[in-house]
Amino acid sequence: MTVQTLSLLVSLAAIVALAAVFLRVRALSHTPVDYPPLLARAYRLGRIALWTMVVVGLPVTVWLLRYMPHTTAAAVADPQVVNVSSTQWFWEFDRESVEASKPVEFHVTSTDVNHGFGLYDPSGRMVAQVQAMPGYINVMTHTFEAAGDYRVLCLEYCGLAHHAMESVITVTAAGGSNG
Amino acid sequence: MAEAQAAATGGTAAMDRGRTWVVLYLATTGVVILLMMVFGLLMRLAQSEWIVLDPAVFYQLLTVHGIGMVGIAALGGIAILWHFLSAHVPLRSAALAINLVLFLVGVVMILWAVFIGGFAPAWTFLYPLPAISGGVWEPWAGVLDLTGVLLIGVGFLILCLEMGRAIVASQGGLGRGLGWHVLFGGSTDKPPAPTVVAGTMVVIVTTLALVAGATIVVMTILNLLFPSLAIDPLFAKNMIYFFGHVFINATIYMGVAAVYELLPRITGRPWKASRVFLGAWTLSTTMVLIIFPHHLLMDFAMPRWTMVLGQVLSYVNSFPVLAVTGLGALAIVHRSGIRWDLVSTLLLIAMFGWMAGVIPAVVDATVSVNYVMHNTLWVPGHFHFYLLLGLLPMIFAFMIHLARDEDVTARGGDLTAILYLLFGLGFVAMFLMGGWASVPRRWAVHMPEWLVWDRIATVMAAGVIVLAGVFVAIFLARIPRLLRHG
Ligand code: HEM
Ligand SMILES: [Cu+2]
Ligand SMILES: [Cu+2]
Repeated sequence: MTVQTLSLLVSLAAIVALAAVFLRVRALSHTPVDYPPLLARAYRLGRIALWTMVVVGLPVTVWLLRYMPHTTAAAVADPQVVNVSSTQWFWEFDRESVEASKPVEFHVTSTDVNHGFGLYDPSGRMVAQVQAMPGYINVMTHTFEAAGDYRVLCLEYCGLAHHAMESVITVTAAGGSNG
Repeated sequence: MAEAQAAATGGTAAMDRGRTWVVLYLATTGVVILLMMVFGLLMRLAQSEWIVLDPAVFYQLLTVHGIGMVGIAALGGIAILWHFLSAHVPLRSAALAINLVLFLVGVVMILWAVFIGGFAPAWTFLYPLPAISGGVWEPWAGVLDLTGVLLIGVGFLILCLEMGRAIVASQGGLGRGLGWHVLFGGSTDKPPAPTVVAGTMVVIVTTLALVAGATIVVMTILNLLFPSLAIDPLFAKNMIYFFGHVFINATIYMGVAAVYELLPRITGRPWKASRVFLGAWTLSTTMVLIIFPHHLLMDFAMPRWTMVLGQVLSYVNSFPVLAVTGLGALAIVHRSGIRWDLVSTLLLIAMFGWMAGVIPAVVDATVSVNYVMHNTLWVPGHFHFYLLLGLLPMIFAFMIHLARDEDVTARGGDLTAILYLLFGLGFVAMFLMGGWASVPRRWAVHMPEWLVWDRIATVMAAGVIVLAGVFVAIFLARIPRLLRHG
């Protein structure tokens, strides 16, 4: 499952659960009961909710920190390096073709305003991104899983032709002649 | 003491001068919201390829819609907060007048700069875009626009300082406004009213946001006038996102005063500031100030610890909203014998929209998710959720409440609120689906495979606008009467 689909399903599940609580409260709201005992119960529920978020959620979010795109940058030996430069409104790479299954280090910068370097797989799904900023070189490491033409789209608003700032990076099958 | 004062002014609140200004604020808010919504609809129509818009015009609309909605969210939010806060602490309504004048002057300058000067760097005006437009606009337009933004900021700063002054004078300090004497000092004094706690938090965070915002706006203006005065782009980005994040979040903490004040009146159950409640607000106050790095997760030049904080604290930040404020609102209506009508239903929707809108944000603040979702339509999906379905229902509920002469007897009309919810849900869901499909945000022209989400969103947006129009019309129709009595 893609990160996008997982994010959508997790969000949807949480929102639907929340909606169910609201609908139930609304449905039961007509018959009045005494407030103080009800409030005590609500506090107890609140405490349970809070502790669940702390005990279950907090370790999960800390665990998820393992997947930091920046952490891999230093850890890679002998990567394929692509220098990426962005300018209103085009991309420039010092090589246009890389090999799949081997880490690629993108060194991304801009000559004018902020741009966003977004990599899209042949099916149109985003697989990686990093900001392109003047005066800074952002290093992003990505390993392409499959060969194909990957589109580069601009993901930071950069003016009139932001939506037309496109390019392509070709990924060849592992072990090909372009390594 | 606060209670005594509230009781004393409660009956005559309708007569004070602040109220006339509050009505004018809401009238402005209603009209501008509808206009900005129509601009939003035009953008959605263009992305749907149902109308043709020159990309230059699309980005002008994007800029005006963004800054206009953010500004008007604050204007409407302040109207709510001021109205209820003034029953607890004595406020001078001259500040309201000054702010409204500065606001309107600023709006004219912005509209001029954008639609005549062509200035369109989005509401975030990331440096150095205002100065480097590829020949689309000239520096004067940027100077005019940002000076307008600065005037609006100064107006809101004056309001914050006046509210801060009044809270310090009546409560004995901002710490006491947040109830720290009860929370940390173990004092048996009465805790402040929930609205005072919210007001104190708003004063603290909005003032800091405005100071940071004014600083970067002035620096950008100076850079436009004297290009040799360069700014570090990463510093500018931090300043802008600190300002933007805190300011737009503060609007919902303003609006929530309507929930704290109206639900107790409608249900006859008190909303008291318990220690848990006070703890939650103090936590929110700190969190909202330090989680802004979740906007910079894809700036790998940022120190790594800011990413860790951005991710973990964004999650922690959802606790107070989900586990305390939301639960409090649910408890107060649960088995209360409430008869639902337009106002109470809007308030319930507001709490749902706020809580639910937090969820996609927490998901996206996870670095590994942000890596493939940042700057997609997922982001507008999140903030339209909590603004369109969280903040706006608070504002509409307050408008209707005033239009009904502050009488809380149930008077029906909840069907329109439910329709608003359904269209609104459809509209934001299509942004979220766009994010799922990797559609970049802020694109004037969309690819054919994305049109299905755009077109459903367009239809839903039209429905939202009609219903928002109904709420605003109910209020506007009552204005002559409200002003005569004010
Ligand atoms: C019918 C109601 C609305 C419609 C049709 C609408 C439409 C839009 C559209 C099409 C965008 C641009 C999305 C993109 O990046 O492609 C947008 C952005 C935005 N909207 Fe709305 N919107 C509505 C209501 C609101 C409300 C109620 C608020 C706030 C109170 C709001 C605040 C914003 C902001 C801050 C942006 C970001 C602008 C930027 O990217 O620079 N919108 N909206
Ligand atoms: Cu670009
Ligand atoms: Cu761009």
